[in-house]
Amino acid sequence: MARWPKPEEGSWTEHFQLGTEPISYEDSISPEFYELEREAVFKRTWLNVGRVEQLPRTGSYFTKELVVARTSVIVVRDKEGGVRAFHNVCRHRGNKLVWNDYPQEETSGVCRQFVCKYHGWRYDLDGSLNFVQQEQEFFDLDKESFGLVPVHCEVWAGFIFVNLAKEPEQNLRDYLTPELARLESYPFEKLTERWYYRAEVKSNWKIYMDAFQEFYHAPVLHAKQTPPDWSMAAQQAGFEAPAYTLAGPHRLVSTAGIHPWTLPENMLKPMEILTRSGLFGQWDAPDLDYDQKAAGINPAGCDPWGLDSWQLFPNFTILVWGQSWYLTYHYWPTSHNTHIFEGTLYFVPATTARERVAHELAAASFKEYGLQDANTLEATQSMLESRVLERFPLNDQEVLCRHLHKVTADWVDEYKKQREHAEV
Amino acid sequence: MGQNTGSMLPPEFSDLEPFAAKWCLATESERFAERLASTMDEMQAFYDAVTPRADAAMTYCDQFPLDAMPEDATNLLHLLYSMIAVSFPVECWGQPRVPDSGAAYLELLSEPGP
Repeated sequence: MARWPKPEEGSWTEHFQLGTEPISYEDSISPEFYELEREAVFKRTWLNVGRVEQLPRTGSYFTKELVVARTSVIVVRDKEGGVRAFHNVCRHRGNKLVWNDYPQEETSGVCRQFVCKYHGWRYDLDGSLNFVQQEQEFFDLDKESFGLVPVHCEVWAGFIFVNLAKEPEQNLRDYLTPELARLESYPFEKLTERWYYRAEVKSNWKIYMDAFQEFYHAPVLHAKQTPPDWSMAAQQAGFEAPAYTLAGPHRLVSTAGIHPWTLPENMLKPMEILTRSGLFGQWDAPDLDYDQKAAGINPAGCDPWGLDSWQLFPNFTILVWGQSWYLTYHYWPTSHNTHIFEGTLYFVPATTARERVAHELAAASFKEYGLQDANTLEATQSMLESRVLERFPLNDQEVLCRHLHKVTADWVDEYKKQREHAEV
Repeated sequence: MGQNTGSMLPPEFSDLEPFAAKWCLATESERFAERLASTMDEMQAFYDAVTPRADAAMTYCDQFPLDAMPEDATNLLHLLYSMIAVSFPVECWGQPRVPDSGAAYLELLSEPGP
């Protein structure tokens, strides 16, 4: 008997008309599909590269390596206070413009202008070329037409996105859809205490996205992280989400929560009781003072509410917790079977040692769970690549995995059609 | 430094001084590495000593603004972070590593102070 009502079609999967048949993971093991994905998805969609707090003042910049698109971008706060992005390449002889020590490593800082390490060409924060070493030696060099190559850059809710297309098919807001865009009324700007984790993972990027867009695994894979009484109850109950939402290529899972402080001690770890914190965050949550309904958060109206996890196509997750904090995931492909994972946690800055200790347990728990999740990915990737099996049954709590693979295939198909059309 | 010559922790917490040199570590990556390099006996002894004192330690640290803590109080706070780091092996795993985590890692490249 379902604890939460399902749509009238009997399941979320049928409600969203995603088909109920077993699915193929060929899209996660095929080098040919990956090459298509780079063009069809990563060079045509809006990609989140960071937040405005990373650019606190004029001249603040960071670089982002977009291996999947074979480029690097510079993101900078200009003199007017706007955010701009450029391909990270000098117009003279093609040297990477901004880097330190290792050209493939990301960097950040503050500057008045960008100076190429090679021959000293200088670019203003708006990308214009303003100095050429021994300019008189060149032939009819028009500095006006040798500015940095701009990348489309737009900001939503403090999140900075770039789009590598010559002309994006949609602006960022339309791309996000009204359903998702209203999340901007969540007070992200108040949560500026930042914890940034990174790892290289030996799996296709979609395999890790799948791991975090279903919670069917949670009572099993993470059973030993909780006291036996809790784990037993969780496994017997299984996992059911009260609400799933699709919005264009994006998707949401919302969960019911618990108030740990109301549980008997045998359901908690001693460290959770001692620090009043845990995986779900600090027990004594700050009041963020926002309108849940206006932000589209907790669509099933759960009380207590657990979390809302929005998967933004293609590779970005914003997960908002009931206990007044949020985290983001990024999955940056580096090949058909490897990617860089980034997890970033955001809290209202601690003002007391006790609050800071509570954040420490939440962050440490995040890592402990993440390490369990990460290792199944390599194990999965290697056996998918064996091609012993070709079809995999997904249940109704894995509906969002089904959606990601379908949306990716749709974008690739559309791109192929456009390309064929262009060739005719 | 604390008032006692050579001590790292405030005098009120001199009972934890034997653990200070090993566990007063300022970054998560140092604490995680120390956890992996320690035996279960070492971590259990530290856990058993520090957990009954943790509430008093937080109360002590809370006398100071978080951005202007004396060095010995900061050390005490770092000791509490290490208590959290060893709590996973002690309370869940019975071994330093997350079981089945093999080659997986997750590096914390930016973290808040103090």
